[in-house]
Amino acid sequence: MNVFKQLLGYRESASSEVAKKRLRFVLVQDRLHLSPDRMRQLREELIEVISKYVEIDRDGIDIVLTGDGRQNLLRTDVPVVRAKPE
Amino acid sequence: MSATVITITSGKGGVGKTTTTANLSVALAALGKKVVAIDADIGLRNLDVVLGLENRIVYDLVDVVEGVCRLRQAMIKDKRLNELYLIPAAQSRDKTAVSPEDMVELTDQLRDEFDFIFIDSPAGIEQGFKNAIAPADRVLIVTTPEMSAVRDADRIIGLIEAEEKGPGDLIVNRLRIDMIKRGDMLDTADVVDVLAINLIGIVPDDEAIIVSTNRGRPATLDNSLAGQAFRNIARRLLGETVPFVNLEEEQSFFKWISRLFRGSRKS
Repeated sequence: MNVFKQLLGYRESASSEVAKKRLRFVLVQDRLHLSPDRMRQLREELIEVISKYVEIDRDGIDIVLTGDGRQNLLRTDVPVVRAKPE
Repeated sequence: MSATVITITSGKGGVGKTTTTANLSVALAALGKKVVAIDADIGLRNLDVVLGLENRIVYDLVDVVEGVCRLRQAMIKDKRLNELYLIPAAQSRDKTAVSPEDMVELTDQLRDEFDFIFIDSPAGIEQGFKNAIAPADRVLIVTTPEMSAVRDADRIIGLIEAEEKGPGDLIVNRLRIDMIKRGDMLDTADVVDVLAINLIGIVPDDEAIIVSTNRGRPATLDNSLAGQAFRNIARRLLGETVPFVNLEEEQSFFKWISRLFRGSRKS
């Protein structure tokens, strides 16, 4: 398999790319002192609150902490199917 | 004359703070500026060795703070450059021997006489770091393109902002073009993107640095890629716009030149 990979010029994603991704993640945690566990909790409660008002497509949910410059952002993409009756 | 106090810090140890402090001090002194470099790494002094002034130390920073000697007596004058001085750290004491207020008072006494006061910060985020940034007008953060160094740099930038010292300017040290081309080293752009602060210098990984430390003769005094990079940073500190060198071209050019010389020596 490895020989094939080499022949095809295939390369696992460059280690610098891996480093950059891991860095982004760890820096947000460092900056906010937010553990993965708390993040999971935040995510679940957010979904719960949103679900009270609208029906959502759970497979399409993307909630991530990310950085824009030195500012931290909680980016929340939640596909909404329809409103729930009042 | 009123000096600019510039603190060089990093968070992580071993990324090149002392080398940077020595080279920028020398480069600015060579440009005719009056410079004093203060080693704030008490108990682990090294700036004296990198500057090649280790055998001339009588008094140190702690002696000044405790009133054992006058400030002037602890200032070692460089023999190569007219207006370069070193205030060495104490070696047999620890960081608690000096307070942030002491550092502010000390630099205030020097401000009128100098153009630049450099402070070489110890690694870490404790008292030694606080001492080093207390009097700073500007902070330079040194990192290497490695995850652990960049992570620590981010922590330090947060602390510098909390002290209202700025976000500071970034120096990316020990860049290896061959590894970047292979995709195995974070590029300067990646580091700047993640840390989101102003870039003031890119320094290539260069054997000349180790040789210069061996000799106690900072690389900026001679010709090398790293030396050139530090001279460029010095000019940027003076407010000049100096384009970043294309390290890829420069490195192959230097290799070509050195091969040429090696070849001619053999023949």
